[in-house]
Amino acid sequence: MSNELIDFVLVSVALLGIGIYGLSVKRNAIRMLFAVEIIINAANLNLVAFGRFLPHSGGQTLALFSIAIAAAEVAVGLSLIIVAYRMYQNIDIADFRSLKG
Amino acid sequence: MADAIFLALSVITIGSAIAALELRSLIYGSIALMGTLGGIAGFFLLLDSPFVAMFQLAVYVGSIAVLILFTVMLVKRELIFKKVEDKRRKFVGIALMLVFMVALGSIIMNSGIKTITTDEPAVDFRNIGADFLTYYWPALILMALILTGSVTGALILARREDVENEQRTD
Repeated sequence: MSNELIDFVLVSVALLGIGIYGLSVKRNAIRMLFAVEIIINAANLNLVAFGRFLPHSGGQTLALFSIAIAAAEVAVGLSLIIVAYRMYQNIDIADFRSLKG
Repeated sequence: MADAIFLALSVITIGSAIAALELRSLIYGSIALMGTLGGIAGFFLLLDSPFVAMFQLAVYVGSIAVLILFTVMLVKRELIFKKVEDKRRKFVGIALMLVFMVALGSIIMNSGIKTITTDEPAVDFRNIGADFLTYYWPALILMALILTGSVTGALILARREDVENEQRTD
C-alpha cells in the first residue's frame, strides 16, 4: 500500500479547517449544515484510516455507526431549518432572534 | 509517499468542500457537497474498505445530499442566492482556519504517526458483519430506534399545523 496514514490524516485536518471556517463565517443555516457535514466526514475518514493501519475492524464499524447517526442528524436539522424558515421567512441565523439567550 | 489517485482525490475533495461553502448559489453548493462526499467514498476505497465506501455512497450521496437539495428548493429563490457576510468576520474565519490547520498539522507531523505503515491485509468485511451481530448488537438495535425516532420527529416537526386537511366534495 503506497499511501501512508499521515496523508489521510492531513486531508482530514484540511477538511476540519474548512468546516470550522464555514461554521464561523457563514450565516446561512443550510451552509452551516454543509460545514457540519464536512467535519463529520473528516472524522469518518480518520476512523477508517486508523482502522486500516492498526489493522482492526473497529474503525470501520464505528464509521458505519457514525454515518447512520449523521443521517438522523441531517433529517432533524433540515426539518428545524424548515420550521424556522416558516416562522421567520428567512434562513439567516442572525434573524432567529427568539432562540437568542 | 502518496500516489496519483490519492492526490487527485484529495484535490477533488478539498476543492469541492471549499466550493460548497463559497459558491453563490446554494443549489450548486449542495452539488459540490456531493463531490466532497463522493471523494470521501473514494478515500474509503483506497483504504481497502469497500463496504464503508458503498454505505457512504448510498447514505450520504444518495439520500442526505438529495434531502439537502430538496430543502434548498423549498426555500425562496432570492434567499438561495443571497450572501450576507461582513469582511471582518470572514477575515477572522480564515485566520481561525489557518491557525487550526497549522497547529494540528504541526502536532501531527511531529508525532509518531509519520512512521506508521502497514503490510498486513485489510480487514475483511465479513468481520464487520460478524461484529455487528455479536458484540455490537445492542448498539445496532439502539441505532435503529434512534433513526426511527429522529425521522418520525423530523416529519412531525416539519408538519404544517395551519393547513387543515380538507376533503374534496366535488
